[in-house]
Amino acid sequence: MFNRTETIAAISTAMNNSGIGIIRISGDDSFDIIRKIFRPGNSAKDIADVKSHTVHYGHIMDGDNPVDEVLILILKGPHTYTREDTVEIDCHGGIFVMNRILELVLKSGARCAEPGEFTRRAFINGRIDLSQAEAVIDVINAENDYALKSAVTQLRGSVSEKIREQRAVLLEQIAYIEAALDDPEHIDMDDYGSVLLPVIRKCSCCINDLLKTADDGRIIKEGIKTVILGRPNVGKSSFMNVLVGTDRAIVTDIAGTTRDTLEETVRIGDVTLNIIDTAGIRDTDNIIEKIGVDKAREYAGDADLIVWMIDSSAPFSLEDEEIAGIIAGKKVIILLNKQDLDQIIDEEYLKNRFVQLGHPEYCDIPVMRISAKNESGIDSFRETVSHMFYNKEINFNDQVYITNMRHKEAIAGAAESLKRASDSIEAGMPEDFYTIDLMDAYTYLGVVIGESIEDDLADEIFAKFCMGK
Amino acid sequence: MNKVVEEYYDVVIVGAGHAGCEAALASARLGLNTIMFTVSVDSIALMPCNPNIGGSSKGHLVRELDALGGEMGKNIDKTFIQSRMLNTSKGPAVHSLRAQADKQDYTREMRRTLENTDHLTIRQAEVADIIVEEGKITGVKTFSGAVYHAEAVVLATGTYLKARCIYGDVSNYTGPNGLQAANHLSASLIANGIDLRRFKTGTPARVDRRSLDFSKMQEQKGDERIVPFSFSTDPESIQKDQVSCYLTYTNEETHRIIRENIDRSPLFSGAIEGTGPRYCPSIEDKVVKFPDKDRHQIFIEPEGLYTNEMYLSGMSSSLPEDVQFAMYRTLAGLENVKIVRNAYAIEYDCINANDVLASLEFKKISGLFSAGQFNGSSGYEEAAVQGFMAGVNAARKVKGLAPVVLDRSQAYIGVLIDDLVTKENQEPYRMMTSRAEYRLLLRQDNADLRLTAIGHDIGLVSDERYEYVMNKQRIINEEVERIRNVPVGASKETQELLAANGCTPLNTGTTLAELIRRPELDYEKIRPIDAGHKDLPEDIIEQINIELKYEGYIQRQQKQVDNFKRVECRKLPENLDYMEIKGLRLEARQKLNMFRPLSIGQASRISGVTPADVSVLLIYLSQNKI
Repeated sequence: MFNRTETIAAISTAMNNSGIGIIRISGDDSFDIIRKIFRPGNSAKDIADVKSHTVHYGHIMDGDNPVDEVLILILKGPHTYTREDTVEIDCHGGIFVMNRILELVLKSGARCAEPGEFTRRAFINGRIDLSQAEAVIDVINAENDYALKSAVTQLRGSVSEKIREQRAVLLEQIAYIEAALDDPEHIDMDDYGSVLLPVIRKCSCCINDLLKTADDGRIIKEGIKTVILGRPNVGKSSFMNVLVGTDRAIVTDIAGTTRDTLEETVRIGDVTLNIIDTAGIRDTDNIIEKIGVDKAREYAGDADLIVWMIDSSAPFSLEDEEIAGIIAGKKVIILLNKQDLDQIIDEEYLKNRFVQLGHPEYCDIPVMRISAKNESGIDSFRETVSHMFYNKEINFNDQVYITNMRHKEAIAGAAESLKRASDSIEAGMPEDFYTIDLMDAYTYLGVVIGESIEDDLADEIFAKFCMGK
Repeated sequence: MNKVVEEYYDVVIVGAGHAGCEAALASARLGLNTIMFTVSVDSIALMPCNPNIGGSSKGHLVRELDALGGEMGKNIDKTFIQSRMLNTSKGPAVHSLRAQADKQDYTREMRRTLENTDHLTIRQAEVADIIVEEGKITGVKTFSGAVYHAEAVVLATGTYLKARCIYGDVSNYTGPNGLQAANHLSASLIANGIDLRRFKTGTPARVDRRSLDFSKMQEQKGDERIVPFSFSTDPESIQKDQVSCYLTYTNEETHRIIRENIDRSPLFSGAIEGTGPRYCPSIEDKVVKFPDKDRHQIFIEPEGLYTNEMYLSGMSSSLPEDVQFAMYRTLAGLENVKIVRNAYAIEYDCINANDVLASLEFKKISGLFSAGQFNGSSGYEEAAVQGFMAGVNAARKVKGLAPVVLDRSQAYIGVLIDDLVTKENQEPYRMMTSRAEYRLLLRQDNADLRLTAIGHDIGLVSDERYEYVMNKQRIINEEVERIRNVPVGASKETQELLAANGCTPLNTGTTLAELIRRPELDYEKIRPIDAGHKDLPEDIIEQINIELKYEGYIQRQQKQVDNFKRVECRKLPENLDYMEIKGLRLEARQKLNMFRPLSIGQASRISGVTPADVSVLLIYLSQNKI
């Protein structure tokens, strides 16, 4: 875990910055790794031969497909931040591009940096002044606390459930084999490979599904927490459907922590919105009416972004006044829906009303006219969201992407270990070899849900199998 | 004033079981004036429970001990009456040698060895006190008041401290087999700040061979070709006639009797307070815990050549005498069984091994070492290897040398001791192959290659033996290298050889190494197409085959070991005050102060120490240029 010559990689700029994104690689294999995925603009150039502290133009390649146009910085140790060989990839920044590049780097032999690892290496290799030790420790502890917290809290409930299920399956198999190895006279294991193979295949399928989920960025609850507020029949559901449909967004119905909360994830360019879907309480379609102002206030209080939907074809309602009472201090976008009908409310009307209600500051809230029914005005909503994101008006902790990448690395590790185990069984290797692969898979999956192995195996063996003497 | 006996030694060993014997031999053979105490000289190297040495992972321990210069392997080679290599259908890493011992012979031979070792004194007396001055051990005092001064003391009291044997409502304050318990030392240990805990284990009944009907059981013979435990035993010298063991089963009737009397078991009534091991449950435990199993295997094993006593392996119990009679008689072949000794559970005082360092020296008392069941382990083999390490390190302490500590990548011994001193064990600790994360490398077949050099460095392996093993390693390396580089074409001769062994034919050229990797082939089988073939001893051929056949896996583990070594060799100072290290979480500070790990690697294995804490430690070390 703390092998200092291993090569590590991480995204080292804030993810929501629309400018340049930097992916940093540090360690002995840095140059080998970049050679595998970088195609220089000047095809005669070999990155292995270039001088230190030089910049090179070219493309990051996924096989034959260019992923992004980049500049790379070749920095040879010890004159680098970590004192190790270092490569920095300056790419165009979009979150998904950065993620893809990081993934390619990891596939080519690096591993995800641990929390604070660049800083730690810099310190241990003597790059950072000794007097800075405390600050360095703070960085590491802060990043680590976040990683520990996010590893669990950001994981979608159904994902951790699936992982737990598969881990239980694996552990039972490992325990059986280990018990039989330790007590061969009491526990029989002849031809166990043929029993085990279908179990591993099934487990592999499940893990590979998870890996695909991870590819779509769906294993963690990333994105901006968004709540749509509005009185009944204002058109929230239609608006959701339009968003989901036109953006070809990923829609998942994954039950959250409370029974009546459904979340939908909508991707708008680089921005991912996690919309708390009031369609989850479809019978009344009214968050205010059904669960009361208090609950709405709770959702609103939690939200990074509130979309307040007002029916512009009807008078300003009592519910609207209640909403006005709970959005103070939040980032809000107002949608004047039902532009397809005769209009009663417009921007001027709203401003007057806000002043009357004692909230003149609401006059600065962006207002958009849309028709969910005719699917008009949706683009301007999307532009506004992107704009707010890039201007850092709305924000979320970009560490979630790093968490996602770590999870993905671990799940991929599990998938590979399972593959190895089934290959070994097919090749007729003895049981004690492939339990090692199974244990690796088990350990990898534990990383995702934040559980270590400790004494799981011994406990399982003693609980399930009757050992001799 | 009464005169007391007062003597001076370098090293005192308290106990003469499997740990005490190895400790005494190691210390004396290293030239230190050593005295070994036992409550009964007749019980030296006693096997009060199962009549065998070795078995899964325990066989590994014995081989490792032998390579380092210990005695157990040699002693069982002299005294076994049946030998089997277990798990031969599995991978080489889990092959395990197990031998049935003639218990009396085993004891007698070990005693003979001890009595003929220079610098070693055997003394029958109960050690009642340890003498500690200013945090340093200075000797021991016996129950009769004699004082034995020493610079180092090894506690290897096994199951004797305040021992209590129980079956049903009968309970005796005796050690195993009715031997005298050691009732006084516990108070002295507590007075010197050593915390004691209570563990429990058990043993089945011994029965009269003449009362058994073997025709109703399955016979289990020894291996045709016997493999010795000790690397220095000539295999030819130990091929001999062997005795058999027998297999029978419990049945519904057995289980009914147990269930109906379960309330009379001291384990279930709460009369036993000690923590018993889960891996070696009593028969009543098995019946209660695994109600779906309609039968359990019971092996009937001879206790020796000169006795009719047989051991009922798999049926330890602390049920009352009448229940024992009734339940044993339900087994096929045991209908008329006569019990010689009852089954019983035994409770005893032991320490939490977290209180000792990986060198087995107490953290709080300099020069005081501990080993074996007293450390919370179980099993003869586990005890022996700890005794050896404690004896070696006690001797080194006296000589002013740094302790020898094996790590998890070097030996099962390293895994065992690291687990004992680093993890929180709630029951007697048994070695298992699954506990060794690098087990593909830590095989019983290569223990000599792994550890002879270390034993030689310690001073317990002769130059001759050392040269022999180094030479063996050289031959293996050269031969593996040669085979890797011998090309093989798809000649008629080759294809015929492949066909004869049921292999798919070659399409293209390859190497001999690639052929050996095929499951159907090995070094000997490719002989006809290997012009450079050498007539090599069995053990060398075995190494060549393993190294080539499992190369991928072995290399992968080797890589893991390399990573492991990097943090393991990063040492932590002994006197570090972790409470003073800013940035460590409170739990980590407390745990580290309590465990006092020797290396960053060991620190990372302590539960409650997170990777971030380890980072902080690394930073602290480099900040202070440690």
